[in-house]
Amino acid sequence: MEIIGNFVVPISIALIVIFGLCRKVPLFEAFTDGAKEGIVSMFSIAPSLIGLITAVSMLRASGFFEILTDLLSPITSALGFPSEILPLALMRPVSGSGSFALLNDLFKNFSPDSFIGRTASVIAGSTETTFYAIAVYYGSIGIQKTGYTIPAALMSDFAGMVLAPLVIRILIK
Amino acid sequence: MLGYIWGAMLIISLICSIYTGKMEELSSAALNGAAQAVELTLSLLGVMALWSGLMKIADKGGITAILARIFSPVLRILFPDYKPKSPALKAICANMAANLLGLGNAATPFGIAAMKEMQKENKTPEVANRSMVMFVVLNTASIQLIPTTIAAMRASAGSKQPFDIIVAVWIVSFLSLFVGIITAKCFEAPVERRRLRSNRGGRNGNNR
Repeated sequence: MEIIGNFVVPISIALIVIFGLCRKVPLFEAFTDGAKEGIVSMFSIAPSLIGLITAVSMLRASGFFEILTDLLSPITSALGFPSEILPLALMRPVSGSGSFALLNDLFKNFSPDSFIGRTASVIAGSTETTFYAIAVYYGSIGIQKTGYTIPAALMSDFAGMVLAPLVIRILIK
Repeated sequence: MLGYIWGAMLIISLICSIYTGKMEELSSAALNGAAQAVELTLSLLGVMALWSGLMKIADKGGITAILARIFSPVLRILFPDYKPKSPALKAICANMAANLLGLGNAATPFGIAAMKEMQKENKTPEVANRSMVMFVVLNTASIQLIPTTIAAMRASAGSKQPFDIIVAVWIVSFLSLFVGIITAKCFEAPVERRRLRSNRGGRNGNNR
């Protein structure tokens, strides 16, 4: 696993540069253009990150997460799911910035290389902000009846949440 | 919706800290949280800029179109109502390609174009048809090839192997996408049967 992880970045960079050269893209100009867009989009999510990270760290400091974890552990442990990650799993379909705030909090309180840190990373990386996508796409054409979209999308999110800890257990030691 | 969740988080943290007697910690957390967010934004800024820059090179070189062509056979199976060369299927392929590359800013306009194309042939304009549902379900599952943001967050939190989760992310994304597709297909079957029965002899190509 670690080998693939180590190779991903250098190989992708090399492939992108070779591809750009073959296709005669003005390399550095395109790069700086894109980098500027990246900076703008990072700054544009900063206000919501500030609001949500503040809320998450207040919840953490108030002891809420410990209480919640204790309450839920009988249910989650039956599924083999670490109850510490449950707030993240519930936030993921609703808000991208909110789940980044919770993920960051988990990284701070457990290491990113712990079982909890890795499982949380996989959950955050393998699912999308479901309700946002539904709102954007149906909203764009004025569809009100979404039929079975929400159950199917949530089923897919749920599968990701159940599978993430399993796959981490299998793949990493 | 997020407004209520955010408000609830703040109020719950206050109530909870009265119960646990952690008012002092709460007030310092309120101030530190804001600073932490700025710290995170700044620490991700470099990686996100670097990655968006690289992806821009790939994008300018036409990678989306190439990937879209590769996807087209698979997507034709998922969207049987559209002909291979139709503008709807083309926009769907471009959207999927942009999603795979993590080009969120490019994926959304392609996706909206795809929805508009599908809406043109939709007989009931307020109700989503089966292709629209399939498309939105595909978009609610993440199929990003390289989870840059997560890896950057892991690195900024001191991970020794920020990318060691990548294979797990691929497996879980693929399986959860698969579950989403299967669930959509299961829900779709009875709806389609009812629709076919109600307008028997209607348009062809839907008789599954």
